[in-house]
Formats: sequence, structure tokens, C-alpha cells
Amino acid sequence: MEKILDIYTRMLRIRRFEEQVGVLFSQGQLPGFVHLYVGEEAVGAGVCATLRNDDYIVSTHRGHGHVIAKGGDFNRMMAELFGKATGYCKGKGGSMHIADFSIGMLGACGIVGGGIPMAVGAGLSAKLRGTDQVSVSFFGDGASNEGSFHESVNLAAVQNLPVLFVCENNQYGEFTPMEKVTGVRDIALRAQGYGIPGVIVDGTDALAVYEVAQTAVARARAGEGPTLIEAKTHRKGGHAEGEKAFLAGGVYRSAEELAQMQAKDPIVLLHKRMLEMGVATPNDLEELDQTITQAVVESVAFARRSPDPKPESIYEDMWV
Amino acid sequence: MAKKTYVAAIKDALAEEMRRDSTVFLMGEDVRLGVFAGTRGLHAEFGDARVIDTPISELGVAGAGVGAAVTGLRPIVDLMFGTFLYLALDQIVQQAASARYMFGGQAKAPIVYMVQNGGGISAGAHHSQAVHPIFMNVPLLKVVMPSNAADAKGLLKAAIRDDNPVIFLSPLSLTGSRADIPDGDHFVPLGKGEIKRNGRDVTICAAGAMVQKSLLAAEILAKDGIEVEVIDPRTLKPWDEEMVLESVARTGRFVAVDESKPICGAASEWAATVSEKAFSFLKAAPQRVSGKDVASPFSPILESAVIPSVDEVVAAVKRVM
Repeated sequence: MEKILDIYTRMLRIRRFEEQVGVLFSQGQLPGFVHLYVGEEAVGAGVCATLRNDDYIVSTHRGHGHVIAKGGDFNRMMAELFGKATGYCKGKGGSMHIADFSIGMLGACGIVGGGIPMAVGAGLSAKLRGTDQVSVSFFGDGASNEGSFHESVNLAAVQNLPVLFVCENNQYGEFTPMEKVTGVRDIALRAQGYGIPGVIVDGTDALAVYEVAQTAVARARAGEGPTLIEAKTHRKGGHAEGEKAFLAGGVYRSAEELAQMQAKDPIVLLHKRMLEMGVATPNDLEELDQTITQAVVESVAFARRSPDPKPESIYEDMWV
Repeated sequence: MAKKTYVAAIKDALAEEMRRDSTVFLMGEDVRLGVFAGTRGLHAEFGDARVIDTPISELGVAGAGVGAAVTGLRPIVDLMFGTFLYLALDQIVQQAASARYMFGGQAKAPIVYMVQNGGGISAGAHHSQAVHPIFMNVPLLKVVMPSNAADAKGLLKAAIRDDNPVIFLSPLSLTGSRADIPDGDHFVPLGKGEIKRNGRDVTICAAGAMVQKSLLAAEILAKDGIEVEVIDPRTLKPWDEEMVLESVARTGRFVAVDESKPICGAASEWAATVSEKAFSFLKAAPQRVSGKDVASPFSPILESAVIPSVDEVVAAVKRVM
């Protein structure tokens, strides 16, 4: 029961943070560009709820959700998105490079598939150091067509590493439907090519994600090797915020598809289920929402009042 | 002091550092058998966990090294040939080199990528390139290229102990070369050059396999009364520009000798630095001797026409006199 509330809290923290980021971006208040995790919350939250603080995750360009799911701090995240000195990376990383090594979050990654080898290396490190830590690589359906994915899964398989390969299949690589550019319908099938288990899970069902992740984590901790989990999910927004502007009216998703996706909102689904199960009262969940929303608002205030990085800090954090 | 081959020196450095620090481990294709013999025999002492034969997956292995490095280990990734680094470029540039800076100093990535660099043994286009300028152009990588077995040992030990990502390039043509290697914990700090020969008339800066050629050129020129100072920077980034500038301030003439290509090559960087910072001392325009701007041909006659020769170094020195 407590775990369900924990997972829901992680999801709602992601949702409210991302909604705020979307608003700030549309108002032109954030430099650069952002890829929001809205709609995919059940995956990051369900997986990270099975992890310890000292377990590792490596994320993607759509990485805010993973940071929050692993226990990241709103203030330092928001400050990073504003490019402030108080941000996680002192303004040097931005949306696609947020990391928090103190909670095992080894960084988001701007290159599709670029983070996967690192996650394998963290798993190798755990094995060589003789710990029972596990390492999770989050990536998308698009990344499963990168060489880095195939090299990494094979390496983890032959070395029997404690790694979870979590494919967040949101059906689109940027604006291209997955089936147009992918030789298989199910990314999980690719596990067979490397002799490891491949599992498909409904990525909008947080508890189902939690369950398959738990099994994979237990396997990894027991020294039984990696698992590929394919979570079928949806991104509620675009590839990047503000994409309408640069798509110049071009449309790539039908109204019908968007409506179907709306009906599978993972937070709405879990909310309903929790009430049915008696995990929480509507009042409890409303209070939780208010607390989270307030924390998001405070993070924006924190970011705004934070100092800008000094130009001369470009020469800091170079060589050790 | 004992005379040893270049690969024996590499092996000694690896074994000594692996004994000294249990977080150091080695991985790559066939490191157990050791294609260049520099890693041969280490498996017998350190076992499967610390001498890891990997799949032929340069990108994946290079990136796995970064993951291991940022979580507390000190990987040495042997990718065999410099040209194989191209397959791993994304992970080396975007992760190994960038991690510390882009994460605001949260991480350090103490990792060594070890390869053979350059040509000279008719290995053909895909195995004979001097790749170092590509990595000199990457922020926050260190790039090391020894010119002899003794430096190879000392620099490799320094690279392994360094907390930053290091590209360690062994000149392919020097694999079987021998040198006297000081006994004990022979250590050569990164970023420090060495004056290989003193001279009052011209300064040559040369690295890797070009050092020996420059020394041979200096001997020939000495017979004509031209005294050449030869400097080996040993580390290409960060490089010992003070040593070169100080020398040029005395000689007033500069020749840069490097196996890589002329456009944005190491010689270009050295010549530009000298022109910019020692212009008032110069009696002639700095000259470059670089590899010809073509792919590496196979035939020994063609390959030696591409790689800088002793004659070309002599001619370049005469141009500045």
C-alpha cells in the first residue's frame, strides 16, 4: 500500500514539475529547449521505486522524469533549467545533462542511445567492486536502432552484468512512427538476439512496471544478469516543447491517436485504482497534489532568485 | 637500468599500476593474449575480473569504461589501433571528455584509452593513421604520445594515475624499439616536454616517431655547422609550450615536425603558438613538416612518401636558416 502511494507520488512530482516547465518554456523564460516526460511517468516511477539510493540510472534527452523518480531535488533541477549557478550542473548542463551523482543518477544524455554504454559500465563497476548495486539504462524506441544499444546489451549479456535495459517505447523517434523505421514490432524481441530475457509491459500501468522491474532487479542483484524491459507508453506532448513552431503546421499524429492516448493517462489510471483499492482518499490525494504543486512553485522562485553563473566559471570544473 | 622493448615497457607499467591500485583494470579485444604483446601475461596475474576480453564493440566498450570510471574504478581500455577510436568517438568525446564539465564537476572520469598510432609498417589505410589531432581538438581530454620505451612506461603510469580521461597513443612503428628504462617506479609527469638535443640555431618540436627522425636530421645538419635543438613535448595536450617558447627565444627559428596531416595538425598548432607568442624572436617564418594530405597507402615506397622523412626535416631546417 505504502509502495503504491510512493510510486504515485513520484509520478505526480514528475507531472507537476513538467507542466510547470512547459508553461515556462512557452513563455520564453527558459533558454534552449526541453523534452517533457509527461505521459511516461509510470515507467520512470515504477522502475525507480524498486531501486536503492546507491543503485545507478542513466537517462536520456527526455530525462527530467528520471531525475525526479530517482529522488532528485526540484530546486536544483529548476535552477539548472534556468541556467543558474545553483543548478545541479552550475548552469553547464541544462535540460539534457542533469545529473545527481549523490543519488546514483549518472546523467541525462543528449545523444540518442549515448547513455546506454555508461549504464553497462556502472553495472560492470558494481560487479568488479563486489557490490550488489544494479544499474538501469533508460532509452527510447529510437535508441534501440543505435549501435550503442546492440553493443551494450551484448556486452552486458556476455559479462552477465546487473543491468536493466528499460526501453520507453513511446512509439515515435522524434516525429517518425516507430514501425516505419524498426524491423520488429516489439523491442523486447531484440533481447533474444543477445540471449537475455525480454519483457513487454504496459508502460501506462505503474504497478505492472513496478512488478516487472522488481523481478529484473532481483535477477540482477542475484548475479543472474541483465533484462530488457519494453514499456509501451506514450508521450503526451511533442518530441520537444514548441515543436509546432518548427513543424510549420505539419502533423504527424492523428486526433484519434491523441484521444486514445488521453484515455491511457498513467496518473489518472493510478489515481482511480488507488481510490478503488482504498490506498488513499480523494482528500489525501488532493493534499498531496497541493504539496507537490507548492514545491514546484517554490522551485521556480528559487531558480529566479538564484545568481547567474559568473562568466569566468567557464574555466571551472575542467581537469581534476 | 635495463634495456627493454616498447611493449615490455607498456606491460611493466600496466602490471605495476595494477598491483599498486586494485581499482585499475584492463579491457578490450584480446587483451588476454595481447595483439601487441603489451598486455600479454597480465591475465595470469590479475585474472578474469581485471583483464577482460570484450566483444569487438569499440563504442560500447569505450562507453562502459566511462560508466566504470565515474563510479569509482580506473579502467584502461585497449582499443588496439588509433583508427578504431573513430568507432568509439561519441563515447570518448561526449561522455568521457564531457562528463565532469557538463555535470558541473560532480563526476571525474579517470580512464585511459590505449591505442597504436600512425603508420610505418604497411598496415594500409585503415590501420596507419596519426589520429592525435582529432583528440587534441576535444576539450578536457589529455593526449599523450611517447617517443621511446622509457617515456612510454613513465607516461603510461602517469596516465593511469591521472583523474582525467587520457588518450595514450603508442607510435605503431616503435612497437619493437628498445630503450634503457630506469629501474623502479619510473614516472614521467603529463604535460612536461623534454629537450632531446641542445642546439643554438633552430628549435624543432617533434613527437612520437618523428622525434627519432628529427634527431637524425639534427646529426646531419650538425655536419654543416647547424646546431638544432630537438624538443619532444611527450604530452600533446596539455602541452609544454613554455619549453618550446623558451627555446625559440634562444634560437629564433622554429620547425614543427608531426606525422599527422597539415590542416589542423599538431605541427600547425605548434607553429601557430610560436608565431603568436614568440614572433619578436623569430628570424624566419616557422616551417611545418607534416604527413601528406592523402590516405595511408600500403606499398612501403608509397607509405614512406607520405610520412615525414629525415630529408624533409633537413630541408625544412635549411629553409629557416
